Amino acid sequence: MDTARELDNRNRADDDAAKPLIDVEERSMQDTPYPEKTVGKPFVDAPKMKLRHVNVFYADNQAIHDVSLDIGKNEVISLIGPSGCGKSTFLRSLNRMNDTIDICRVKGELHLDDQDLYDPKLDVVELRARVGMVFQKPNPFPKSIYDNVAYGPRLHGLADKKYDLDEIVENSLRSAGLWNEVKDRLHSSGTGLSGGQQQRLCIARTIAVSPEVVLMDEPCSALDPIATAKIEELIDELSESYTIAIVTHSMQQAARVSHRTAYFHLGRLIEVNDTETVFTKPEHELTEAYITGRFG
Amino acid sequence: MQTGNLLLLLVAMVAAAYYIGWQKSLAQARPLGGIRHLESLPFYYAMRAALWCAIPALVVLGAWLIFDDAIIQNTVMLSLPEDVRPATEGGRGLLLSQIQNVASGALAADSVRPEIAGAAELLRGLRGTNTMALTVVFIVVAMLGGAWGWLKIAPQLRARQQVEKILRVLFMLCALVAIMTTVGIVMSVLFESIRFFGQVSPVDFLFGTQWSPQTALRADQVASEGAFGAIPLFMGTLLISAIALLVAVPVGLMSAIYLAEYAHAKVRAVAKPLLEILAGVPTVVYGFFAALTVAPFIRDVGESIGLDVASESALAAGLVMGVMIIPFVSSISDDVITAVPQVMRDGSLGLGATKSETIRKVVFPAALPGIMGGILLAASRAIGETMIVVMAAGLAANLTVNPLEAVTTVTVQIVTLLTGDQEFDSAKTLAAFALGLMLFITTLVLNVVALHIVKKYREQYE
Repeated sequence: MDTARELDNRNRADDDAAKPLIDVEERSMQDTPYPEKTVGKPFVDAPKMKLRHVNVFYADNQAIHDVSLDIGKNEVISLIGPSGCGKSTFLRSLNRMNDTIDICRVKGELHLDDQDLYDPKLDVVELRARVGMVFQKPNPFPKSIYDNVAYGPRLHGLADKKYDLDEIVENSLRSAGLWNEVKDRLHSSGTGLSGGQQQRLCIARTIAVSPEVVLMDEPCSALDPIATAKIEELIDELSESYTIAIVTHSMQQAARVSHRTAYFHLGRLIEVNDTETVFTKPEHELTEAYITGRFG
Repeated sequence: MQTGNLLLLLVAMVAAAYYIGWQKSLAQARPLGGIRHLESLPFYYAMRAALWCAIPALVVLGAWLIFDDAIIQNTVMLSLPEDVRPATEGGRGLLLSQIQNVASGALAADSVRPEIAGAAELLRGLRGTNTMALTVVFIVVAMLGGAWGWLKIAPQLRARQQVEKILRVLFMLCALVAIMTTVGIVMSVLFESIRFFGQVSPVDFLFGTQWSPQTALRADQVASEGAFGAIPLFMGTLLISAIALLVAVPVGLMSAIYLAEYAHAKVRAVAKPLLEILAGVPTVVYGFFAALTVAPFIRDVGESIGLDVASESALAAGLVMGVMIIPFVSSISDDVITAVPQVMRDGSLGLGATKSETIRKVVFPAALPGIMGGILLAASRAIGETMIVVMAAGLAANLTVNPLEAVTTVTVQIVTLLTGDQEFDSAKTLAAFALGLMLFITTLVLNVVALHIVKKYREQYE
């Protein structure tokens, strides 16, 4: 009965704007209009990926509304925003991983260099070799460490000889900062590693096919702080040779690893700016509300 | 009252006990200010009263039904004068059935000796009293139990714990029934097998290559010596099972891959149950399908290309059995393939693998242990299958690996050994138990291996 009364009260409060029970701040956030255009600097000179008017639908449900964004060469861009804002969906449309979801449709112009990503003639296999992906949960195959890293190169015929393959595996593991830890047990199972090692193995696996862009979907969300620190360090090193887009829930992480930061809100791209700008003087109210922790 | 009626009555009384228990607990809760002040929820008080009503009554009923017949019969026998009482066990049984027939009116009372007619009268009377007494005792026990359950209801009563305890025992007893049945079957087969091995040496049985289960009725009978070498039978079983698996594994596996990876959700929702219907077709239907359609077809095809095919060939039985066990392979494989985490597929696709490469190199190896479990299950089904082979594979115990010849299997021989009138102590009949034991051990080993593999598979992702 108590709860019923409470509910009743709340309903009345909703009707009566004079005594709102909802936090004033929150209410004002909900009323904040979306910007007509993404504020800040969504575009760069000579972008690696050029994305214009991207709309993504799940059946009749629009998950991404008219997002336009450039991803610069050798840049680390982080995509932040509250849960369900579409940042992962957006990321997954960049190497057409959304193709695996039947009801998902992507519209807009998405280019990698001059290649149209959604050109029907495009071989998606080739695209995914150029745009690799690291997932939220470490997902090494239940194979040996060696076979995990050699998986991609074998698929794409990158090595003719065993020697070449060995070299690719070693280099990839070295780049992922895992070589010293696993060099003596390359043929034991990848699933036997710790969570952080598994995630670095997945990164090694991804860079073994020498992609141009690496997409990371919350790569540290399942890891402890020490493993996270290692991955972040790794991202920093990788940015010398790869273009990286990272989705993260941790604003500290975005601040630490990325050059530019894009803020998504309910499927819209609100603001893109240099990371420092976003975290010190965000241009848009919604961005400010999010990074100051007023919702999220 | 009849036992069935008693049980119906008990249901009504249990319901009543439940209801009054519920009411009483509510009534007790009211002055305290709500059911939150009771030790347990009203459901548990009511359940406790209901269980008190049901269980003692059922125990009494069970015990009564086990013993009443024997007691009544003894009483009737003792009532007969010394000279009528038979000396042997068999004579006693005959006399008893005679008395029972008179009592039930199937035999006219004046056609038998007056002592027996008297005994029949006594039997009828005793039975009436017995039923009456049982009814009364049963109802009284049920009511007393229910009343006890009801009386004890108090806010402090820990009814929940008690009900939980009783339910635990109940579940345990149910599990025990299944286990004891298995143990009982194994024991009976085992003891008969030991008797068999007393007559035929285990070495001859296990390693003999001649199977002709004859035992002499007379000492001077022609061909009185039987041969009990089980190798041809196990060879036949193996051959037919191998053919069946050759059919079922590829077809089942590929249909599982199609269903799990390629089929649209709607197609899968329809196709999977349809496939599983295959397992629901009675095996006797498969049997005549094999014997009347497939076997003649194979023979005709064989003859047209100049092959000598027996009209009851191992091939026909194996093919049809293979179709029958497709669902075992496909359904379990489909489940384990679907259980491979999506992140595995994503990982592979994200590296630029195609769908079929992903299935071949990641999904299939990851699911392999589970698939093996399914295949072993199908294999033990094939080994134990009887009806199809009885109808389609023939009875000739040929030691051959040629699928075009007629072979026989362990199960077929068990059927032929035990159908019809048999002496129960001859080696011929007992051989069936030895074969059964061997078959049981074989499928048991396969099942244990399968379970072990499935278990190992589970550990991989958790």
